[in-house]
Amino acid sequence: MSIGNRQSGVGHREDPAETGPATRDGEWVAGARPSTATSGGSDNPAFEYVVRLADDRLVLGHRLSEWCGHAPILEEDIALANTALDLIGQASALLKLAGEIEGKGRTDDALAYFRDAIEFRNVQLVELPNGDFAVTTVRQFLFDAWDVLLLERLVSSSNATLAGIAAKALKEARYHLRHSAEWVRMLGDGTAESHDRAQRAVDTLWPYAGELFLTDAIDEQAVKSGLGVDVASFRSAWLETVERVLRDATLTRPADGFAPRGGRIGRHTEHLGRMLADMQSLARAHPGAAW
Amino acid sequence: MSYRPSRVTRLDSMSDHTATTAGQTRTPNETQWDLWEVFTQEGEGAPHEHAGSVHATTAEHAMQNARDVYARRGKVVSLWVVPTESIVASAPGDAGPLFDPGNDKAYRHPQFYKVPRGVRGL
Repeated sequence: MSIGNRQSGVGHREDPAETGPATRDGEWVAGARPSTATSGGSDNPAFEYVVRLADDRLVLGHRLSEWCGHAPILEEDIALANTALDLIGQASALLKLAGEIEGKGRTDDALAYFRDAIEFRNVQLVELPNGDFAVTTVRQFLFDAWDVLLLERLVSSSNATLAGIAAKALKEARYHLRHSAEWVRMLGDGTAESHDRAQRAVDTLWPYAGELFLTDAIDEQAVKSGLGVDVASFRSAWLETVERVLRDATLTRPADGFAPRGGRIGRHTEHLGRMLADMQSLARAHPGAAW
Repeated sequence: MSYRPSRVTRLDSMSDHTATTAGQTRTPNETQWDLWEVFTQEGEGAPHEHAGSVHATTAEHAMQNARDVYARRGKVVSLWVVPTESIVASAPGDAGPLFDPGNDKAYRHPQFYKVPRGVRGL
């Protein structure tokens, strides 16, 4: 596939009549609907929806776990590992549910360790490398602010298991947000260097946050059936939280512009494959091993 | 996070005869955040017990670090964090005058007294 020729759709079939307006270069504007026909897709929209929820958490949880033993101070090392474990625990519960919905006998481990990057449904924001502590912190904050709003609505899911997972996860997410927001304030309103690094992190990551609020047919079906929630409905609430914290942190909110997308249909940055190679190596070398 | 009791405000020994002016000699350390002592309570009505210490820049930061280090495992219903330098400690040399238990006077100890049958909730 040729990155240089985006008009060809990068292996991704487009029907303008069905998918709505596209911007120049073949990228999609907010409100457009990318096709869900990319490889690795399932024909079960409920399964797809729950896997999207799970993969955001699995990938971000693994990214955070990479800090273990490397965080700037011991207390934060433990805090990052705690958050990682919360997210991986949520992912495990969600993947188990997804496996049940799919009904093909795939366990949470099978879904976590034996899918390739193209079958992952997380947003690209969470797969980006950790960068410095500011990048990790800002990425976490942008995600947490979204996650709390999402889970507050997901507790009313028509699926009792999903509602239960959301209720437990919401308590965890509220603490994650309190923690990451406090760190954004400390870095932004800290020294000249921490401010510069935090602003650079905000500028780098801001475009990737756009994908959190994109919806397609999978989301629409999940909203209609009562299984899922409409992420587009709480973008203004998210902005309010994010802008308030950035203001407290003396950081500048970047303008909205081009937003990378495609994670929800299996189009990822090069970073996810490398991360999965690391994350999945043990399970693939010793399939079925228990410890 | 290492527990360093030397950071508390320690009173000089009484034998120095300078008792009340002690402890203000902490050297500022530019590379370390302030130390906070953490107390956890495991149930309503139970005492807050010393769990350890954390480094932090503010009270909120100390509370979060205390939660992450000491309150994530096991049952904790309440947390206290206190700047370590706010704790005033006795001098080790005063153990004799301060803590001589007076074991020869058994009636000083509550265990000396028998609780009458029928008294509950004591």
